[in-house]
Amino acid sequence: MEKSLTAHELAFGVECLARAIRDKHRGHPIALIGIRSRGDEVAERILTILSEEDDWDLSFGVLDISLYRDDFEHLHTNPLLQESEIGFPVDGAHIILVDDVLFTGRTIRAALDALSDYGRPAKVELAVLIDRGHREMPIQPDYVGIALDTSRLDHVLVSLEGADGQDLVQIIPKKMP
Amino acid sequence: MARKDLLDIASLEREEIECLLDQSIPFKELFTRSVKKVPALKGKSVLMLFYEPSTRTHSSFEVAAKRLSADVTNFDVAQSSISKGESVRETVETLQAMRTDYIIVRHGRSGLPGMIARQTKASVINAGDGAHAHPTQALLDAFTIREKFPETTGKKVLIIGDILHSRVARSTSMILKKLGVDVAYLGPGSLVPKNGPENIRRFTDYKEAMAWSPDVIYLLRVQMERQDAQYFPSLREYHKLYGINDARLEEIRKRGLYLMHPGPVNRGVELCDAVMDYERSLINDQVENGIAVRMAVLYWLKPGSENPDII
Repeated sequence: MEKSLTAHELAFGVECLARAIRDKHRGHPIALIGIRSRGDEVAERILTILSEEDDWDLSFGVLDISLYRDDFEHLHTNPLLQESEIGFPVDGAHIILVDDVLFTGRTIRAALDALSDYGRPAKVELAVLIDRGHREMPIQPDYVGIALDTSRLDHVLVSLEGADGQDLVQIIPKKMP
Repeated sequence: MARKDLLDIASLEREEIECLLDQSIPFKELFTRSVKKVPALKGKSVLMLFYEPSTRTHSSFEVAAKRLSADVTNFDVAQSSISKGESVRETVETLQAMRTDYIIVRHGRSGLPGMIARQTKASVINAGDGAHAHPTQALLDAFTIREKFPETTGKKVLIIGDILHSRVARSTSMILKKLGVDVAYLGPGSLVPKNGPENIRRFTDYKEAMAWSPDVIYLLRVQMERQDAQYFPSLREYHKLYGINDARLEEIRKRGLYLMHPGPVNRGVELCDAVMDYERSLINDQVENGIAVRMAVLYWLKPGSENPDII
């Protein structure tokens, strides 16, 4: 059976992430870096909530990890590249990586590699809107918006307003042959 | 769509060209980072097979491949078995056995890169073949023009020089036409092909060409090594008729035109020393963009892919 998350539930997830980050780091400079595509949109929403605080030094960036993927061999065409936009010095920064879904952990592995080519951050944390489990790498999030119980073969399709026109998450079970 | 080879501009669709040019932007952005290298082609091998001398194109491809973390091998023609009489076909069979993933070829004979492409699973990139094509030069030229004019349709580019022998002129004017740019040629009657594309204007007089009011002036290199016959009286005469001297540069500056040249320049022939300091000269941009565009090409091609190009 197909399950889904509504726009309301997603907004609540973003709110949880923002609150947890605020409670831990209020007043200390941090940089949110969203992973393309859709991680950047989640990061932007968190930024909007955090920006309500006065006098908080917040930076924002976007990372494209296509060139750091480990599955080139298996792809028929290489993923379309987009620009990374990191307009602040990564050296010594306190960075929170933001993505929409955490699954195998391979994207985050690639993002950490990409980030280290920009400089040496003082600290890197990980915030994900949805943690669906089934890690293939020793990577755990520091902040989770929504924890989802899925089977490894399920498809978790995230749509966000900016990229797809609406906020919606569908969990589509793999059909048995 | 994935392709195996890049042999010329003629076989590319406008959408593919625009996609490749868009894809070059993130690669150029990498050059501003402290680490300019990315692991995308880690473990892949790139073989440089240059039968003709080249400094710029060769080093540009080498830098591009290395920034993608590929391993680069130079098949040094002067020291190789080719000078011992090995045929191109035998060389390619040897390379096939080495399981190289990308072969970058320059050869004096038109069509030779295509012939190699049909015989190997490796991706073949044409780095210039005879007077036929030089697709990566065309892509970097188009990229450089698009950086200045995001909307290329209706812009005017005047190509000056030895059009007849120039694969750069051929490939670059073809890509510009595909992007909706208006192209014109200026050069001695003996060096401008009479039966070429219909929609390209031909000028023999500098003043007339400038009256056409181009946005970009593209100077070709006078290829002294490629001319067995005399096509114009002397280099001094060429400079007088078509070279950018101080007075012409002043007019170009007043009009705010961009200047391009594929390099290496012959000072005192196509242009005078002062051109090198001209603030709207894009010659150095072309060099930098060449690396980004070649990285995008290497990233885009798929060695051994199932739908190889039919040439």
